[in-house]
Amino acid sequence: MSTRNIYLDHAATTPVKPEVLEAMLPWFTENYGNPSTVYSIGRTSKKAIEEARETVARIIGAEPREIFFTGSGTEADNWAIKGAAYANMKKGKHIITTSIEHHAVLHTCQYLESEGFEVTYLPVDEYGLVTPEQVEAAIRPDTILISIMFANNEIGTIQPIAEIGKIAREKGICFHTDAVQAMGNIRINVSELNVDMLSMSAHKFYGPKGVGALYIRKGVKLTSFMHGGAQERGRRASTENVPGIVGLAKALELADKNMDEYNKKLTALRDRTIAEIEKKIPFVRLNGHREKRLPGNVNFSFEFIEGESLLLMLDLKGIAASSGSACTSGSLDPSHVLLAIGLPHEKAHGSLRLTFGEENTDEDVDYLMEVLPEIVQRLREMSPLYEEVRNR
Amino acid sequence: MMYSEKVMDHFMNPRNVGEIADADGVGQVGNPKCGDIMKMYLKIENDVITDAKFKTFGCGAAVATSSMATELVKGKTIDEALKITNQAVAEALDGLPPVKMHCSNLAEEAIKAAINDYKRRKGLIGDNGDCDACCMRCEDIHHHMNDEDE
Repeated sequence: MSTRNIYLDHAATTPVKPEVLEAMLPWFTENYGNPSTVYSIGRTSKKAIEEARETVARIIGAEPREIFFTGSGTEADNWAIKGAAYANMKKGKHIITTSIEHHAVLHTCQYLESEGFEVTYLPVDEYGLVTPEQVEAAIRPDTILISIMFANNEIGTIQPIAEIGKIAREKGICFHTDAVQAMGNIRINVSELNVDMLSMSAHKFYGPKGVGALYIRKGVKLTSFMHGGAQERGRRASTENVPGIVGLAKALELADKNMDEYNKKLTALRDRTIAEIEKKIPFVRLNGHREKRLPGNVNFSFEFIEGESLLLMLDLKGIAASSGSACTSGSLDPSHVLLAIGLPHEKAHGSLRLTFGEENTDEDVDYLMEVLPEIVQRLREMSPLYEEVRNR
Repeated sequence: MMYSEKVMDHFMNPRNVGEIADADGVGQVGNPKCGDIMKMYLKIENDVITDAKFKTFGCGAAVATSSMATELVKGKTIDEALKITNQAVAEALDGLPPVKMHCSNLAEEAIKAAINDYKRRKGLIGDNGDCDACCMRCEDIHHHMNDEDE
């Protein structure tokens, strides 16, 4: 086992920042009051939630009453999509999304299809981009919802959200964006972008797991998803996760404050890694767009080898990364995102995603580039596919 | 998903990786589309397997089962080798995670494909002769996997 420990999977999750943990701690042991109660420690909790709501609202250009805390990004996506679909089903039953959404959106849309809704899954180009024109062309008189992710979790491609928002607004169609990967990486203002609903998840920006938020523009009608008490103004029942909510707001506040510096640092690590992989390793393909891409995202396909093997070898060298191979997805097919950008199955199986974060340094890239070419070569030497190419 | 220590050992230090230039039987199973291909080379003298090597494109379990399969066939007669089941390969590795059982199928099929190739070369079976191996379709391999899930 390696003595090095380099975490390059920040798109999967991030460590909780010490300042965030510190902000959360009192809400477990000291201020444990239920926010729905009338006595003092309950009111203290309530106040903390409302302050968190104000922070989140201020950062994304919303009003506090438009922010609703949830149990996760997945819950926010489910609520936004099912809620808007059911609330508007008398107007129409058509939904527009893309073929590269996270499963939280994709599987929710597939579920709605089984409930009688019709869904258009827009194809993407080789970089994973949809165009505003494609969205406009897909709109029908019975379209009730457009849901398009802000940035892709696998290949990092950033969609033209503002342009799509403008079209949706002109046509009067509710527009949701899954911003789980973008939040904390890109400055987002829901008013400027004409977004009606936006999902986020704290653990992607150095906050805790198990808490997310959904921005719902004033006037947007959604059916409730969690039925029970009157929390979140009666729209999302369940006793609030006070420490989680405080943590989410603190993490977002820090992300907002350090955004420019963070973005600059990650972009430098990303671009250096992309350049070095392309220089040092033959038969590779960069997946995603070179510029319209999340600052910390690197995604490559290495021909003739399989992703899980690559991950296991990297892990033994102390590097934590991710892949779109079937073997890592737990299904038989490789990543739907990589297939959607036109990769043949075998190249999709051989993908590697590296996502940089706060604690990564240039030394980490040095080390990565020391071990990665060797590992790729070792696996290629073992591969019958490589043999065929060499013998050509 | 957790691999046994033995799987990790055979993945990190695979036995018998490579090719045999003058192999008496070569079998390739799997498909790049499914994400795994195994190619097995056998040296056979008087119906006894004297050497075995492999090349594999695939996940950790695919590499480990290939490595174990080459170890298991060495020194066996072809009839004995044909009786090696996917279960035997998996057990020799102290088990595989359920989602990875199809890799052990692939190993069993690779042994059979290489031996069939040997038999064909010897004229023991026809060119279109009994291919016991799954003939390179994902569905065949996955079929086995589904059986095991039941």
